[in-house]
Amino acid sequence: MNDDQTSGLEFLEEPSDFQISRRDFFKVAGSGIFVLFTLGDTLLAQQRQGSRLPTDFNAFLKIGEDGRVSCYVGKIEMGQGIVTSLPQMLADELDVSVDSVDIVMGDTDLCPWDMGTFGSLSTRSFGPSLRAAGAEARQVLLELGSEQMKIAVDNLATEDGFVVDKTNKEHRVSYAQLAKGKKIERHASGKVALKKPAEFKIMSASLTRRDAQEKVTGNAKYTGDIRLPGMLYAKVLRPPAHGAKFIDVDVSEAKKMKDVQVVREGDFVAVLHKYPDVAEEALSKIKAKFDQPTSVLDDKNIFDHLVKVAPAGRSVSTNGDLKAGESAAKIIVEESYFNAYVAHSAIEPHAAIANIEGGKATVWVSTQNPFTCKEEIAKELGFPSQNVRVITPYVGGGFGGKTTNLQALDAARLAKITGKPVQVAYTRKEEFFFDSFRPAAVVKIKSGVTDKGKISLWDYGVYFAGERGAQHFYDIPNANTTAYNSSWVGASGSHPFATGPWRAPGNNTNSFARESQIDIMAAKVGIDPLEFRLQNLGDKRMIRVLKASAEKFGWKPGKAPSGRGRGIACGIDAGTYVASIAEVKVDKGTGNVQVKRVVCAQDMGVVINPEGATIQMEGCIMMGLGYTLTEQVHFKGGDILEANFDTYQIPRFSWLPKIETVILDNKELDPQGGGEPAIVTMGGAVANAIYDAVGIRMHHLPMTPERILEEMKES
Amino acid sequence: MTETIQFTLNGKPMKLTVDSDRMLLWVLRTDLELTGTKYGCGESLCGACTVVVDNIAVRSCQTPVKHIQGREVVTIEGLMKEGKLHPLQRAFMDHDALQCGYCTPGMIMNAYSVLRNHPKPSAADIIEGMNDNLCRCGAHNRIVQAIQMAAKEVEGGF
Ligand code: FES
Ligand code: FES
Repeated sequence: MNDDQTSGLEFLEEPSDFQISRRDFFKVAGSGIFVLFTLGDTLLAQQRQGSRLPTDFNAFLKIGEDGRVSCYVGKIEMGQGIVTSLPQMLADELDVSVDSVDIVMGDTDLCPWDMGTFGSLSTRSFGPSLRAAGAEARQVLLELGSEQMKIAVDNLATEDGFVVDKTNKEHRVSYAQLAKGKKIERHASGKVALKKPAEFKIMSASLTRRDAQEKVTGNAKYTGDIRLPGMLYAKVLRPPAHGAKFIDVDVSEAKKMKDVQVVREGDFVAVLHKYPDVAEEALSKIKAKFDQPTSVLDDKNIFDHLVKVAPAGRSVSTNGDLKAGESAAKIIVEESYFNAYVAHSAIEPHAAIANIEGGKATVWVSTQNPFTCKEEIAKELGFPSQNVRVITPYVGGGFGGKTTNLQALDAARLAKITGKPVQVAYTRKEEFFFDSFRPAAVVKIKSGVTDKGKISLWDYGVYFAGERGAQHFYDIPNANTTAYNSSWVGASGSHPFATGPWRAPGNNTNSFARESQIDIMAAKVGIDPLEFRLQNLGDKRMIRVLKASAEKFGWKPGKAPSGRGRGIACGIDAGTYVASIAEVKVDKGTGNVQVKRVVCAQDMGVVINPEGATIQMEGCIMMGLGYTLTEQVHFKGGDILEANFDTYQIPRFSWLPKIETVILDNKELDPQGGGEPAIVTMGGAVANAIYDAVGIRMHHLPMTPERILEEMKES
Repeated sequence: MTETIQFTLNGKPMKLTVDSDRMLLWVLRTDLELTGTKYGCGESLCGACTVVVDNIAVRSCQTPVKHIQGREVVTIEGLMKEGKLHPLQRAFMDHDALQCGYCTPGMIMNAYSVLRNHPKPSAADIIEGMNDNLCRCGAHNRIVQAIQMAAKEVEGGF
């Protein structure tokens, strides 16, 4: 972020190669009131190392002598809007205007350790800690005010950056005056009461994004926009396929190009130039030989392969007796569901710039996990980790994909070799090649339903998607959920390339399978799909969101297929409950599916910035249409056949359905995740709508026109 | 081939001696340090690099500099006039028509050309005109709204 936002942290000037001790931190961090706080897993916090800052807290805020509030967090902004919502929370607890709060994010020298920005956790787990710190700081200000004004704390209030006498509001002292010359350190004790939702003034308001102006004027700096004097752009030789081994290279033609620098260390070959396009041209002149990888896997046989190599299952949950469930059932439904590898495809490709000076590396990276990245770079360079600083400018979309940071290692390595600042920015082709895809996955479900329309049996096995969202939430007396490979990464020999978390990891696959299966049962017993869900649910939050979406949609009961083309699906992600209804039109001639309308209702606890939450829901719906309808990574052997957005189709304007969102007010519950939940229901809602429209049941994501046509032929 | 290219950039005359086969995107971003114009795909498939040449949106990633000889180029940096945001920029802000913001400059420049060519665009005109600009964050709904609002404000006159 901008240097002017780092106001007040003088330890910028400190020699960088030593760790600041606890005492020194306050010596060098300037005057003011500090509240230190910890969030997240303490175990994880203990594992961190190499932090320049003391390690007994992982975020802090400071009220400076100028009255400005600065908050230092290791989180990053990638579009999810926390650059606005975090200051909003702090401002409300502290009774200051949101404009007087500065936030410094994702700089490993200025911000205490953080495990990374993902999993919708920023607001959910960070929010309460941040608010507690704000409340604590307000308490300190009241105490200082009391001392100075000689009035009991009980008779004081806070208002817009002032401590005021309740009986005479003219009698007041500003936070700036109170902070002057002080060095006060507090740990958030969690004992100071937070504001009640009814008292929120700023938190419940919809604010325009703080970064909006910079972003609409082109002034916002993303990693690739940083310019350092003497900087070179590097292009690195890549293998043609995963698993292809380097044999030989001829760099002579590239060497002939003017001002092109060629680097070769074993199979690491790179060309550098002061213009990226010239470096690219130089790369095209390199003739390299690689052997053929031996993998015979492709996007068709991968599913059999995955089921075959799956590790032993891990039981996620089990209750009742499956045999009893089976005998109680009138109808048994046994189905398998599949989904393809899916790319993250942020519009900003991975980028990094490394600069090494005086034994210290400063690396700007488009990353979701700057602190992990810092350790990786330190290891690559053989530097002590406190000699590496990672700075995270604005990130142009992450979705889980910017948790791998290979480009930063390339940049660091080349900066060390050349002694110059080096930028490495992926081409779109490299972006597809190195992406850690959402894993291909298989779900197998055997379920049973009684003649009364009650689900009596649920036997669920998920292969390679991961556990998130695998657990059903229906009232089922006999159920078992097993995960075969519980994570988004697989043991070697399973996936032919890297896989990783993708927006709401695992849950898109699991929710598609579960909600399709529920619909199949509803259709078999001839009950309206909404009614069928409601009569098998006890969970009040789920019932509430289902009813809310049905009401908004104007749901008219009827069993599927009704020809109307509407489908419903619900799910839970990151503590948030969501129900969506999609309305589709299927072109029987082309197999093309147009989603006309999506209604989405969500219960996400207390809502911070309702506008921001709505935007995230809309984004989830649009992005969700991609994995639902078109997105799949084609590959053969280790060769990734997607290189750009011509074959790999992501959602575009002409897909835009009419979107209606409902956010249910749930002030009883702390804020839950908002950046991901709505995406998990899209696959199921659209699959169910397609069934309702034309009576075909899709088991395979994405539901491309080819697959639709094929299915229609068969039925 | 190295040649001298003269054109108008954001209202100012510009003279460059460059290899004229190089793409405008890289010349803007590196030689001229105008980094508002973004790279997203390099093959005219995403619109992140959109600039306006003689009132028409072009993909700068596939426009050799020699093609802009004598022409008028506007980039995102040239939209603000006398310190005032362009109505499109304001509308994008007011409607929260951005999330990560990486597609935003290209979106705004493309919309600029859509409005130039459809002074009173319908929602369908906007969707058609914007269809080759990609946004991964899914800000589409808001972008359409923002362009509609800006269209009302400018009513054909910029
Ligand atoms: S970078 Fe030019 S269209 Fe994508
Ligand atoms: S706002 Fe992120 S790509 Fe459009």
